[in-house]
Amino acid sequence: MSAPVPLTHITRARNGRPAKRRAQFTVNGEPVDVLFAPHKTLLEVLREDLNLTGTKHGCELGECGACAVLVDGEPVLACLVLGLDAEGRDVTTVEGMADGPALHPIQEAFAQYGAAQCGYCTPSFMLTAQVLLEKNPSPSRDEIREALSSSICRCTGYVKIYEAVELAAARMRGEEADILEEAIYGR
Amino acid sequence: MLRLPDFDYYAPSTAEEAVRVAADHGPDAAYVAGGTDLYPNMKRRQQTPAVVVGLSRISALREITGEASSGLRIGAGVTLTRLAEDERVRAAYPSVAYAASTISTPLLRNMGTIGGNLLLDTRCNYYDQTYEWRKSIDFCMKRDGEICWVAPSSPKCWAVNSSDEAPLMVALDAKLRFVSPEGEREIPARELYGADGINYLTKRPDELLLDVCLPPANGWRAAYVKLRRRASFDFPVLGVAARVKTAADGTVEEATVVLGAVHPSPRIIEEAGAVLVGRKLTDEAIREAGEIAQHLARPLDNTDFLPHWRKQVVATHVGRALAGLR
Amino acid sequence: MGVSNGTPKDNGANGHGQTTEPVGRHPRGEGERSDSAVVGKPFVKVDSRSKVLGTMKFADDLTLPRMLHAKLLRSTEAHARIVSIDTTRAEALEGVYAVLTGRSMPITYGILPVSQDEHALCVDRVRYIGDPVAAVAAVDEETAEAACRAIDVVYERLTAIDSVKTALETPEPRIHDYGEEGNIHKRVDLEFGNVDEALASSHHVREDLFFYEGNTHLPLEQHASLAEWHPDGKVTLWSSTQTPHYVHRALAKVLELPPSRVRVVAIPNGGGFGGKSDIFNHEIVVAKLAMVTGRPVKICLTREEVFYCHRGRHPVLMRFRTGVDERGRILGMHSQTYIDGGAYGSYGVASTFYTGALQTVTYHVDRYKFDSVRCFTNKPPCGPKRGHGTPQPRFGLEVQIDKIAADLGLDPIEVRKQNLVEPHSMTANWLRVGSMGLGPCIDKVVEGSDWYSKFRKLPYGRGVGLACGSYLSGAGLPIYWNDMPHSGVQIKLDRSGGVAVFCGATDIGQGSDSVLAFIVADVLGIDPVDIRVVCGDTDLTPVDLGSYSSRVTLMMGNAAIEAAERARAPLAEAVSKKLSIPRSRLVFGGNRVFDAENPETGVTFAEAVQFAETSIGTIGSTGSYKPPRAPGRYKGAGVGPSPAYSYSAAVAEVDVDPETGLVAVERIWIAHDIGRSINPTLVMGQVEGSVYMGLGEALMEAMEYRGNRGVVHKFPSMLEYKSPTTMEMCDVVTYLIEDPDPNGPYGAKEVGQGPLLPIMPAVANAVFDAVGVRVDEVPISAEKVLKAILAKAEGKDGRYGPAKTPAVEWHEPHRVPPPWEGGDGRAIDDPKHMPVPLADPSGHRYKHDMSGD
Ligand SMILES: Cc1cc2nc3c(=O)[nH]c(=O)nc-3n(C[C@H](O)[C@H](O)[C@H](O)COP(=O)(O)OP(=O)(O)OC[C@H]3O[C@@H](n4cnc5c(N)ncnc54)[C@H](O)[C@@H]3O)c2cc1C
Ligand code: SF4
Ligand code: FES
Ligand code: FES
Repeated sequence: MSAPVPLTHITRARNGRPAKRRAQFTVNGEPVDVLFAPHKTLLEVLREDLNLTGTKHGCELGECGACAVLVDGEPVLACLVLGLDAEGRDVTTVEGMADGPALHPIQEAFAQYGAAQCGYCTPSFMLTAQVLLEKNPSPSRDEIREALSSSICRCTGYVKIYEAVELAAARMRGEEADILEEAIYGR
Repeated sequence: MLRLPDFDYYAPSTAEEAVRVAADHGPDAAYVAGGTDLYPNMKRRQQTPAVVVGLSRISALREITGEASSGLRIGAGVTLTRLAEDERVRAAYPSVAYAASTISTPLLRNMGTIGGNLLLDTRCNYYDQTYEWRKSIDFCMKRDGEICWVAPSSPKCWAVNSSDEAPLMVALDAKLRFVSPEGEREIPARELYGADGINYLTKRPDELLLDVCLPPANGWRAAYVKLRRRASFDFPVLGVAARVKTAADGTVEEATVVLGAVHPSPRIIEEAGAVLVGRKLTDEAIREAGEIAQHLARPLDNTDFLPHWRKQVVATHVGRALAGLR
Repeated sequence: MGVSNGTPKDNGANGHGQTTEPVGRHPRGEGERSDSAVVGKPFVKVDSRSKVLGTMKFADDLTLPRMLHAKLLRSTEAHARIVSIDTTRAEALEGVYAVLTGRSMPITYGILPVSQDEHALCVDRVRYIGDPVAAVAAVDEETAEAACRAIDVVYERLTAIDSVKTALETPEPRIHDYGEEGNIHKRVDLEFGNVDEALASSHHVREDLFFYEGNTHLPLEQHASLAEWHPDGKVTLWSSTQTPHYVHRALAKVLELPPSRVRVVAIPNGGGFGGKSDIFNHEIVVAKLAMVTGRPVKICLTREEVFYCHRGRHPVLMRFRTGVDERGRILGMHSQTYIDGGAYGSYGVASTFYTGALQTVTYHVDRYKFDSVRCFTNKPPCGPKRGHGTPQPRFGLEVQIDKIAADLGLDPIEVRKQNLVEPHSMTANWLRVGSMGLGPCIDKVVEGSDWYSKFRKLPYGRGVGLACGSYLSGAGLPIYWNDMPHSGVQIKLDRSGGVAVFCGATDIGQGSDSVLAFIVADVLGIDPVDIRVVCGDTDLTPVDLGSYSSRVTLMMGNAAIEAAERARAPLAEAVSKKLSIPRSRLVFGGNRVFDAENPETGVTFAEAVQFAETSIGTIGSTGSYKPPRAPGRYKGAGVGPSPAYSYSAAVAEVDVDPETGLVAVERIWIAHDIGRSINPTLVMGQVEGSVYMGLGEALMEAMEYRGNRGVVHKFPSMLEYKSPTTMEMCDVVTYLIEDPDPNGPYGAKEVGQGPLLPIMPAVANAVFDAVGVRVDEVPISAEKVLKAILAKAEGKDGRYGPAKTPAVEWHEPHRVPPPWEGGDGRAIDDPKHMPVPLADPSGHRYKHDMSGD
């Protein structure tokens, strides 16, 4: 009888490349346990190893903001974080924003205002806005502008995004708020 | 997807361990803090360390200690967001907090550290490009090639020190503490930066930055002015750090003007500082200092904007920095 | 209170969009509704929910079992002959499944039938840095990339051409062996009435030169495609494309497959702006790789590669000579454009015509001459970007009008208003204008911006500027010659009451899926949430030419109305029989079909379908749309006609730092004549997005190349290609003007591109108002402004801009008399030309007879 295949077998990659490594962390509150090559970024691990494709990418160099996720509640760029550095941390992606079937107020406001045109930048703006509103429930337009300045949106001119964040903020403060007429019909 | 090259990763939890791992792998190893400079460079194959030593688990590097009166010590791993928001820094060193707040983007500041910022690789439009792009120009001297495309007859590289904090640290005369297998040593910021875009640091690769010690906040004031195209994302194409110490009547006793983002290192413009000493910060004095700085600035064609224009606006920006100190 | 796709925010009360006499294609026949329950209301987009949840799949989000990953090896030479390609080292790598070179796909393709000049992979020549040379399919991206680096290509360098000027001076080596002579790809010479005569008799003639730098779309999503080969001989391509129909045709051609065995599925685009409306190398390559390996193959381009795909704004040098009378009315205009096309034809021939065609649709130009030349250069190919070929001349025209007004001491607003094209009229170059709301647009922004208390009155450094624009609501002709519909819509109804709508259009973020659902819902009187939209799938959906030229809402919308009306007919018939109510009294609304005179009497929509299914069997319908025939009959008349033109006017308020020349745009007031807004939220989003993109072009976006080492893109990255962040984006005040057009669905016209057009000239005019210098170039960068300010301070001309145009041997123009000079739409050198008696000999403001066509 031949010797059993060593369990570490799967961690040895082809072409003499470094062995896969293991990381355990939580994503959207659920524990995950993944094996991947050490050079993989959190972006790649989320999209390719965990099939969470809601996190987008537009440059992979920190220059567009599309890959924003929350690590321990802070927004960071998943394209510049190693998957291995997620070890033991809590990662939140856009898939974790909704509460069961109910949209997060930010998601709801983005949908209502058409703040997601193509929708590609949307996860990054919503996650960043979520952290902003946790810290500052009544941000001014300038504070929103500044807080959201990590992401590029090529579709909206940001206007509907600001309006959506303001609407969500009002609702999260418990106010009865709705979309502004002049924001959707013009003046 | 632009991906990182293969490497082995270590994430030690103490500085000693980090230094040891790095020393074990010699020049093949690189430290990484926030990774916002190293990883893009690695993805573009400008840097290809076989071993990466992550510093993010070393909690000792994330401390801010000391008092403004005797000088604040800022751990190398303190993020730019924290540096910009820390109450002690804001109160005693507002220019340092301000400069941090102008760097890159809010998310990058959540990741990027002061250590990484001060040790940032020099930048150049011919160099901050992918392997294939650089291949199409037959590479350049800084990596894989022979000549400098910015100044083809030049024996040295003119890649630009584009850190926003470096010129301030030079102006403030901050001291950096490093550790290596040979022990600790302190390098003043003024001696850290070399004049060549390739050998842009006087520290050895295996030396780990522990912290930056800001001088006691007594009597001097400093300002930082940053010029760039967009108010987010963009590196400076000109940074002016100015520090002055004035007598009660406003007469300048000491003055330092440093230009960032126009040379391979932050550059002290001695003559600009000298022209201010013994005078008040009048429009006239400020204009003279600005003109001297403008005269000595040598921006080249390797950043955003035309070099000619970047030179043309130096006096204005030096003026704005100094005017803020009146 | 959750948002569902079907929750209307009922705001009909504010009076927008209600016209007494409906204009435009409205649902007809039985069940005519008195008002629209869906159209004009801010219904939430049908795909908003999946977009905010992150569940929307973009092309790179797709995976299939056993999928391989592809990478392209791109040329590192700007212009070279390929001497040899050695792939042995690459093939030997573990994990590599296939390596392709150009010889595997020798058939050429191109978006225009006249420019079939591209190979999926270069065969013997590379024409720009980034031109794809070889492709690899491997087990993962890293391996594919390593394999690409292991391919050895030997090039023999050829002279690289970096500009129109060099192209004209360097006839050899030719970049392509077709087109006109040397490196001239296309030349256009058209004259509508004797312009020299008009200029000679003008009170004032101005000649100005302008330059508009190239820029690119920069969609946030990088292009991606996935292909699968089916053993029965079929191939499927899922791709982030705006034009699945054209990709379908090209795939069949290059892969030598019957089109019936090729399926192209357009995946919702993460932004397009014209950048995904061509056929791209990688789309063909992954399909071929899937055929060769028998496995699904995916590619996602890097950002750098997206810059190489380009097909964006052409750099255009322009010369305008315009003659006016004392009041500033335009008597004649001669426009010349010199176009840098990049390395391939792409849409270039159309773009060339577009740099002249729409100059006549805002202001009446009595006589018009237009010369243009497009050259090949060794840069990534240019093509259509938002506004396709028209922002460049629009910039020149709007700046020149301001200069003319200044010369004559006239108010630039009044000069514009004097010149406005009449609604329902014809232009000198035979374009038929329908509804024309530019006048009200100007009034709105003038009033909103408090123009008259600011213009020439703000302190030094601050200023306001105004400009206008107009754009097509869809090109009048398809890209390849045929008489079939431009858009087809198919509807399937069944007893569930659910409705499925099929159309070849592609949602690129502009919301076309939603427009389709809203229109069908409106006609059928049901909730949009009960509609399932299936779009952009060449196997499943009827052809729609694609999401370009702002054609979708108008063309798909009209087809959708027709299809929905036809679907409604059998239902009305069945309900009428069942309830014994005349068909004319039936109303479709509120998910019911009921008696207008007795609303309680009725059935649910699902019941109506059941009755119809019972009486006639399975219910389905189709609708089609083809634009009306354009009146121009001269060569080149095919570019410019549109069923309807949108109009916009904008005022920009700027703050210029005179010490640095840096320009900050503080606020833009923009009014857009939308005809009728099908969905106000979508319309507002398009206006604001267009303002944003225009602002980027005005201030900072530029495709720049370095010439010291071949011709290499200066910085193909998102950091160095400057796209405004939240911090640069100005405030936007929007006004929607609803002047319904007879050709639009419900009167609707386009909004996706038009509002971009006035932004660049408005900023340029505002900079002049602020600091008294003219930057006759785009982008209006700090360097240029400062240079002009310093020149002015030295007593020189306070202007930055081109000083001369290169020498071109222009041809004798094709002379086409304008409608008011007795033309018949043909050139006089056309044997069929027959002068017609003047329709209105008294005046030149020719108004065509609406009922005629
Ligand atoms: C889009 C973008 C925009 C940017 N804009 C700016 C800007 O405007 N201004 C600016 O100054 N910077 C900018 N940066 C660069 C960078 O983000 C910051 O400088 C940041 O502070 C770098 O810190 P880091 O911790 O991420 O560095 P890392 O990438 O982790 O490290 C940078 C370098 O320092 C070394 N290093 C880090 N820590 C230590 C240590 N403790 N001891 C020894 N060596 C160490 C690393 O080996 C590496 O060589 C930008 C980056 C991006 C991607
Ligand atoms: S300055 Fe010269 S040598 Fe240095 S990176 Fe730039 S091109 Fe290369
Ligand atoms: S992908 Fe662009 S910032 Fe991460
Ligand atoms: S919605 Fe398309 S990039 Fe923001």
